[in-house]
Amino acid sequence: MALRPPQSHEILRPARPGFIALTLAAALFANLLPWTGAALLIKPDFLAVILLYWCVREPRKIGFAVAWLLGLTMDIGNATLFGQHALAYTLLAYAGVTLHRRVERFTIAQQTLQVVPMLLLVQVATLLVRMAAGADFPGLLYFSGSLTGAALWPLLSTLLPLPQRPKASPDQLAI
Amino acid sequence: MEHSPPPFFKTGPTPLARLLIFSALSFMLLAADARFGYLAPLRQFVSIVVYPFQRIAAAPADILRRIGEFFVTHSSLREENARLLQEMLANSASLLQLKALQAENRHLRELLAARSRITPEARPAEVLYAARDPFSRKVIIDQGARNEVKAGQAVADARGVVGQVTRVYPWLAEVTLLTDKGHAVPVQNLRSGLRGVLFGVGHDGTLELRFMPLSADVQPGDQLVTSGIDGTYPPGLPVAEVTTVERDAALMFARIHARPLSGVASHTHVLVLSWQRDVPELPAEPAPQPKRRKGKKG
Repeated sequence: MALRPPQSHEILRPARPGFIALTLAAALFANLLPWTGAALLIKPDFLAVILLYWCVREPRKIGFAVAWLLGLTMDIGNATLFGQHALAYTLLAYAGVTLHRRVERFTIAQQTLQVVPMLLLVQVATLLVRMAAGADFPGLLYFSGSLTGAALWPLLSTLLPLPQRPKASPDQLAI
Repeated sequence: MEHSPPPFFKTGPTPLARLLIFSALSFMLLAADARFGYLAPLRQFVSIVVYPFQRIAAAPADILRRIGEFFVTHSSLREENARLLQEMLANSASLLQLKALQAENRHLRELLAARSRITPEARPAEVLYAARDPFSRKVIIDQGARNEVKAGQAVADARGVVGQVTRVYPWLAEVTLLTDKGHAVPVQNLRSGLRGVLFGVGHDGTLELRFMPLSADVQPGDQLVTSGIDGTYPPGLPVAEVTTVERDAALMFARIHARPLSGVASHTHVLVLSWQRDVPELPAEPAPQPKRRKGKKG
């Protein structure tokens, strides 16, 4: 089995809820790692990217409630204003769920470009909430997190569907 | 009247409705947290759920540091040992003097009938990680309400003030650093005795002494220590060193920048200082005056 994103004609098995939970927990964990300084500004919001991935691929399993609750845990872990990530992730879930048919029609490279504005939406929502609460604008480098997050999209689209690939039947010829 | 056919699949509310519901919930939480501070119990509860993640996520850095400590070479240990011995000798001389000075100070204060100074209790704590929020400067330490840490306690390291405990969870506490934009420390210039308030500006390594008149006696190199008039920071702790002083006649105040003395961005071990000051009771509030109609503007 070649390591490549699934083609549109392939029929994948449904994602197992345990696997989805595992990836989301791993993303939360990656977000909670001790990032500081420049790495903090450039680092993608892993949880947002994984959440968006599942909202696009499995919109009937992962949606608003999960996004909102994960946002709350992020608010606690990051010592931020309560509800800030919850609001941002809710908007992200809306974008993902409503646009999932559209995004899936494109190739992986084109999907990546579609993902950038959705991740930017998360950052802009966070920024607006914080600026309303009296924070300063942290500089344009703040938005680079969306670009690095979108850069993860091809990797995720290749790796995450692997457990969903149907097992090759013994009758099939090896290609 | 026409009836629409029942839907094939039950999907619940439309995405837009869900968006509105969850956004409204988020806004309610935001308002409750930012304006009224109602959500302390909820925060406590969710913090218990997130706590294992926080500890596990902080572990790799901790393990790396310990491995680094294990591979310290023999010579560097010997060097450090010799240096520490030297320092101890140098310090013990001044410590002897300090004891005599403390006795003298106490005696003089008794003579003046002044309040005696209270030495704060220090509780060591370890910094787990810095909060990953580009808008604020906070760190999370591994002591919480279980260890009798309270919001408002000062936090210092070996070189000076680090910040202040602002939120307490059962096993963790949030410390707002000196460099946070919303943080202020009342300080005193060690050389001239001038009091002022030192503000964080939101990025590492810079503090600002605001509202000092153009003629204020402040020079680059001056040491700023806590003045203790806020009742939060014990008096006399080193805070910062003045780096630049700009006096522009066009402005009301001098622009004075300072550099924090403690390793605000780098420390791993800190001390939580508990210090209680017996402040006299507040005078009784005057009876509320009947409201009068305000006059028109202008």
